[in-house]
Amino acid sequence: MMLADVISAGLLGVGAAMLVIGSLGINRFPHFYSRLHAAGVVDTIASGLFLAGLAVHFGPGLVTIKLLLIFIFLLFTSPTACHALARAAYSSGLREPESEDER
Amino acid sequence: MLFVIAIAVLVAMALALLRAFLGPTVFDRILAVNSFGTKTVLLIALLAEASGRGDYLDLALLYALLNFIGTVALLRYTEQEPRRQGQP
Repeated sequence: MMLADVISAGLLGVGAAMLVIGSLGINRFPHFYSRLHAAGVVDTIASGLFLAGLAVHFGPGLVTIKLLLIFIFLLFTSPTACHALARAAYSSGLREPESEDER
Repeated sequence: MLFVIAIAVLVAMALALLRAFLGPTVFDRILAVNSFGTKTVLLIALLAEASGRGDYLDLALLYALLNFIGTVALLRYTEQEPRRQGQP
């Protein structure tokens, strides 16, 4: 029981730290496509770690199946949404700036 | 422990919201709102653990669905705008 709590807290802590780092990346990166990279990649992994930590805490049962459903859904939709966002931005004429000044 | 993690998630949500307010292009704002929605799903799941009620996970699943549908709907809206050359 103690071991499960430690594992759950570790997974949740790493997931929350990655969420904060990803949000810092959204604010710190210079232009849109790099921000998309920071948000899209980190959100998928962090949500996986987060939901795994919650599943370890709850133990097997209906709740874990629900957590698995949420994880599968986020695993499919988060990269899809990022891809659609990048494609829409590119097709509407948004390009990376050539130099650092015109970000 | 759960309190600290909830605070970290809330800080991440506040930072995403900051980009939604500051974002120079509309795609930055959509990206920030999408990221905010994902973090909201995780916060609801965390609330389910903190309150000991697994029922809240249904709300998290529904919010994940609505977040994706909303993002794609917003993107459809931007793609139908007339194209502006070089000006985001």
